[in-house]
Amino acid sequence: MMSLAELICPAGTPAALRVAVDAGADAVYCGFQDATNARNFPGLNFTPDELAASVVYAHAHGTKVLLALNTYPPAGKLDLWRHAADTGARLGVDAFIVADMGVADYIAHTHPQVRLHLSVQAAASSPEAIRYYCESFGVKRVVLPRILTIPEIRQIRKEIPCEIETFIFGNHGLMVEGRCSLTNYLTGQSTNMDGVCSPASDVEYVRDADGSMSSQLAGFTIDRFGPDEKAGYPTICKGRYTAPHRPEGYYAFEEPVSLNLSRLLPELIEAGVHAFKIEGRQRSKSYVRGVVRAFRAAVDDIKAGRKANIADLLALTEGQKQTQGAFETKKWR
Amino acid sequence: MSIHADVNTRPPGPGRTAAARLACVLIQPFLSRVVRRTAARHPSLFARLGPHQTTDFLIDPVELPFALHLRPDPEALVFRAVPRDAAPHTGAVIRGRFLLLLELVDSEQDGDAAFFSRDLEVSGDTEAVVRLRNALDDIDGSLAEETAAMFGAPGRAMLARLRRAYLNDTKGQECI
Ligand code: SF4
Repeated sequence: MMSLAELICPAGTPAALRVAVDAGADAVYCGFQDATNARNFPGLNFTPDELAASVVYAHAHGTKVLLALNTYPPAGKLDLWRHAADTGARLGVDAFIVADMGVADYIAHTHPQVRLHLSVQAAASSPEAIRYYCESFGVKRVVLPRILTIPEIRQIRKEIPCEIETFIFGNHGLMVEGRCSLTNYLTGQSTNMDGVCSPASDVEYVRDADGSMSSQLAGFTIDRFGPDEKAGYPTICKGRYTAPHRPEGYYAFEEPVSLNLSRLLPELIEAGVHAFKIEGRQRSKSYVRGVVRAFRAAVDDIKAGRKANIADLLALTEGQKQTQGAFETKKWR
Repeated sequence: MSIHADVNTRPPGPGRTAAARLACVLIQPFLSRVVRRTAARHPSLFARLGPHQTTDFLIDPVELPFALHLRPDPEALVFRAVPRDAAPHTGAVIRGRFLLLLELVDSEQDGDAAFFSRDLEVSGDTEAVVRLRNALDDIDGSLAEETAAMFGAPGRAMLARLRRAYLNDTKGQECI
């Protein structure tokens, strides 16, 4: 299987989808306005009618549409996911991105003509686990968890019968994907079943007289940024906490930072990665336009044998910091 | 220039207050026209606002003499200039430099990036702000240009001048 270095781009609204298509996305991924996807944010995502028009627009421009159904149905509530899959199939999406085995099984039996991609939320990181999904549900592509080095990806590639997709840019949580319960612990809402980490309804930003800003989740202070300090999202994994041995406050898990693998693209292609994913369905059209254009140009340069001259995307990163995470070294965190 | 400098050095004072009130009166007919036209041309944005159609937003362009009160209720739209000392208590506040806010409305800049860099501040009901952001982001084209076009060639010239000023101001800060 040859690496095609497809660019998989985020779309939180129909307007963002058109921007991604026009900026050179090979495929866009999106979700419905409910808990069936992991960016179930207020005012975001697609109605069935909007998705229908978006599929027509994308296909007219040669771009595929991947529908994220990548959350886990609570017991007895599979109907919402089944219905979303039926709607997606009827509207002609090119693939479903799934995490839950029940959802995968339903689609494999009911809509076998539509490709299945295994979401990063499934956290399948070993050849054995990935082969199981391929053999049981006919999965055609796995989105790898962000815990593997490039040599590990190269080795996995040799041992699995499906395509590999990796994240190359965007938000970078550090818990095992699909298993993080930090938001649930504070807010009662589940990232993996309700589709939202740090729900906006539980977030508050408080400005102090000196220009400092505290970010709070469900009444707990997650971080406090000095007047001229760069800020991050109010996610628990990137909170700055005080402890008896660190009274000044410290980042217990990870600091606000985004993934940026622009410099590793040639090695990822050489390792057999088939598709590159850009995170950020919750971001603006401006972000989508800037990031997709930058990576489109870089991938085209590499494919044409030129040295990629990737634009500086630092201003779009969380906390205005970027990392290559585990892709570069296992020593990361 | 960080917005904290603007916010913290803004001196109150009677002359300034009177000027702010006068500016509010003068600009109001323009704001009413803009909001009615935007609502008529982009009715889909109300669906994304959901329950926050009746939330009061205070949009605070720090270097202007007044703030803007928005209630995006399709049944009773409110968009009015208010002196800061007479601003109503609102559910959510969005604060930044005027031209940044204009760029955000038009998706020329990314709101999260402006938040990370501390050029944009939000407070109050975060869900309301997120809904408003997503509703505006789903609009194709430029609200600023639509608005400028309402005033013909002088409107367009004014917008071009504002944008040039903004670009000169932020030169060297752009990332892409
Ligand atoms: S808290 Fe962090 S690791 Fe957990 S879901 Fe949210 S972003 Fe991901």
